[in-house]
Amino acid sequence: MIGPVSTALAPDLAPPTTPGGRGGGTVRHLATKLGGAVVSLLMVIVLGFFLFRVLPGDPVKTITRGAPVGPQQLAALRHELGLDKPIAAQFVDYLAQLARGDLGESYQFRVPVSTLIGERIGPTVLLVGVATALAILVGLWLGTRAAWRRGSRFDRISTGVALLLWSAPTFWLGLVLLTVTGNLFPSQGLINPNTPAGFLPQTLDLLHHLTLPCLTLVAVLYAQYLLVMRSSLLEEMNADYLVTAKAKGLRDDLVRRRHAVPNAMLPTVTLIFLNLGLVVSGAVTVETVFSWPGLGLLTYQALQGPDLPLLQGLFVVLAGAVLVMNLIAELLYQVIDPRVRAT
Amino acid sequence: MGFRRLAAGLVATALALLGASTATGAGAPTAHAADQKVLRVAVTTTVASLNPFLASHAADTEFGRLMYEFLTADDQKDQHPIGGLADKWDVAKDNLTWTFHVRDGMTWSDRQPITSRDIAYTYNLMLTNPTAGTANGNFVKNFDTVTAPDEHTVVIKTKRPQATMLALDVPIVPEHVWSKVTDIGKYTNLQFPVVGSGPFVLTDYKQDQYATLKANPTFFRGRPAIDELQFIHYDNPDAAVQGLLKGDVDLVSRLTPAQFNALQGKPNIALNKAQGHRLNDLLINPGAQTNTHERIGDGNPALADVTLRQAIAQAIDAKTLVDKVYGGYAEVGSGYIPPVFSQYHWSPPADQERGFDLAAANRTLDAAGYPKGTDGIRVDKTGKPLTLRLLGDSGTATDQPSSQYVKSWLGQIGIGVDVQMVSSDKFSDAGVAGRYDLAFGSWGANPDPDAVLAVQTCANLPDAAGNGNSENFLCDPDYERLYAEQSAELDTAKRAEIVKQMQARLYELDTSVITAYPNQLEAYRSDHVTGFGLQPDPGGVITQQNGYWGYYYAKPAAAAEQSAGAGLGLLIGIAVAVVLVAGAALLVVRRRRVNADERE
Repeated sequence: MIGPVSTALAPDLAPPTTPGGRGGGTVRHLATKLGGAVVSLLMVIVLGFFLFRVLPGDPVKTITRGAPVGPQQLAALRHELGLDKPIAAQFVDYLAQLARGDLGESYQFRVPVSTLIGERIGPTVLLVGVATALAILVGLWLGTRAAWRRGSRFDRISTGVALLLWSAPTFWLGLVLLTVTGNLFPSQGLINPNTPAGFLPQTLDLLHHLTLPCLTLVAVLYAQYLLVMRSSLLEEMNADYLVTAKAKGLRDDLVRRRHAVPNAMLPTVTLIFLNLGLVVSGAVTVETVFSWPGLGLLTYQALQGPDLPLLQGLFVVLAGAVLVMNLIAELLYQVIDPRVRAT
Repeated sequence: MGFRRLAAGLVATALALLGASTATGAGAPTAHAADQKVLRVAVTTTVASLNPFLASHAADTEFGRLMYEFLTADDQKDQHPIGGLADKWDVAKDNLTWTFHVRDGMTWSDRQPITSRDIAYTYNLMLTNPTAGTANGNFVKNFDTVTAPDEHTVVIKTKRPQATMLALDVPIVPEHVWSKVTDIGKYTNLQFPVVGSGPFVLTDYKQDQYATLKANPTFFRGRPAIDELQFIHYDNPDAAVQGLLKGDVDLVSRLTPAQFNALQGKPNIALNKAQGHRLNDLLINPGAQTNTHERIGDGNPALADVTLRQAIAQAIDAKTLVDKVYGGYAEVGSGYIPPVFSQYHWSPPADQERGFDLAAANRTLDAAGYPKGTDGIRVDKTGKPLTLRLLGDSGTATDQPSSQYVKSWLGQIGIGVDVQMVSSDKFSDAGVAGRYDLAFGSWGANPDPDAVLAVQTCANLPDAAGNGNSENFLCDPDYERLYAEQSAELDTAKRAEIVKQMQARLYELDTSVITAYPNQLEAYRSDHVTGFGLQPDPGGVITQQNGYWGYYYAKPAAAAEQSAGAGLGLLIGIAVAVVLVAGAALLVVRRRRVNADERE
């Protein structure tokens, strides 16, 4: 996953301190954030172009690998791809192309980058999206209960298991799942070519293929939600308002759900939206183990070579997703935290 | 935001994603009859392009061979040239004019006749359109004219005599389809069914997922025994092995020795240890140069001395490398052309064979003026310690363990070795730029030796921009003369003699030491499939052939019970769906109950 992007573009979730009227303040605040996102995106475009040109590897050699090609053919291909031009000229070409909304054509697959990304984004969003949703559910549920009964056997076991899975190598965990489940689940891919057409059989086959990669991803992802939820709830549990709530005679369950959890959710929501931005970047290791044709895998393929137009296109799309999700997190924060709105 | 509201939202999102993906992403493969005889093959490499003019990767060209017949083919048993689309041919006295007779009565898979015009069209397209020459342009670059005087005759005039005229690995395409293609470079060739002339017709393809090919009933050698061939994509070779054990696929190739050993003795799994097409070697940089003979790179200048290179070669124990590094799954290296191409393979006669002899290598270096310093490391003729960098590709499993053996052997003859393992891309860059002293290399050879011989010629030295295909910057006048001779020698026996002399010359020059010819390791479900046509037979490969015989002759095993997995898969899919829906229902019910509680 693209760790550095997430840190570099992490949203500034501190409450805005803009003075002035409430309505005008919000609009100005929004405009500032939107402008920031656009500037970040422009920086990503520039950075991506020059960053990937530092990578080792000659695309022309990679494309012709295995073919008995001579120096003249290699030179002709280099010219065709525009790789014989100076870097500055290539950059200008690239910007002009982007301005037309064209991400270029992949060197190795010889099809438009946008087509490739379009084909792969669905499977990735499905796998990582479903897995993230399940990981959030499991993590929050276990985290809340672990914190409420801190030090209990439930707390120790659930936190311990989560940490164990979080630290297990994803690749290894996937292969172990693949081996121990025997013939129950398919060993690769999205769909079996023999599955009859039609919505129901296709959906069921897709679910069948989705199960193992999804389980693997949930197993390694849910610990972070569990731990954040657990620690933020623990902080809230010492608060006076909970004593008041209990003193009012409310049931333990209601005190937790109505008073403690909503306040403890704030850091968790930040984490959720940071991670949702990363959903599109996929999970390279899980996609590789289960041959899941997603963007993570495409990124990995693009790095071999390197396939520069594909890498640049992916970088823009993945960074764009993080930026958009961070923007949404900013907006949502204003909705869910009255303290932010009040300023 | 309450936890339950969040939970309900997340579950709804997940279900919506699933629905959307099914509707759009997965597509709708054709319905599948249960009694079809299907062979499912695992593919572990990336398929880049199925346009035969652009396709050069191993998996791409394997598909191309199944879809399109060539002008001539390579025999299944011994790989000698046999008829393809042409069944007869002769060459005029000038050794330049070739006349091919195109077989009668053949049709494309869309029942249009295959004629000489399709062949002339294909070659002329490659001659006139540089993009069409991307993958195979080298085969036709010596062509002067290609004409089709009648529909059964193709006449090819070459500029110089060309020995490879019966080894033109060029898929011939149907003119009536391709003449309508406006931009060859952008054409994906995925209009199903893809009109072809080979034993199978491509009927569906999802990149990095699968490809399905149906038996071509109009194939001129007769319809294949199986009805359908499915290539199932695996990114991870270990998962492909699991797929074989589970019965998701019937055939897996490119196995590692460890995977191959692990499959031994498993029920219903048959193994094929085949003679491979590759040669692996240790390159000794003799002084990198461009095609204008300008020095490039930073190779140790001492290696220009052939005596030093010969001593290094004598200190490499290929037998130990094969036993220890390849686990015995390779043939011990000797001549440049792999022994699977027995007609052209050469190995040194006993009186020329230098053998592995550290003492002799030490004596040679002592006599050649490389004295040992006090630390046991020899110094070169300028007085510098003789320490060489050995470059390995971290993406090649054998490089790292091999490097440790090489380091130890060279240490024993007073040469220091600094092992540098780098990524495949970095390795390739350093190779092109000549930035190494020693490096591991590997080449794949074909039944016709021309292409692999060419990488040792001056013509493949890189230009200033790095466009070149030289293995190790060799440009030797004797080798050049012999290369030119074999290129023009149309008598196969005489040509083989010249090719053997070329290998003897390479052995003398010692710019590379051939260490091993790795076996190709394959495994298949003996309870599902049998009868593969090995090439060569015996001892040959099923997949990655110079031909399609492996798949063409495959037939279902007597006890084959196919497609039992699909029904089970459906049941499990239903179970997963039930669990999901039940989970969502439980959430809703609990939420209602809690709401009711709260109202009390």
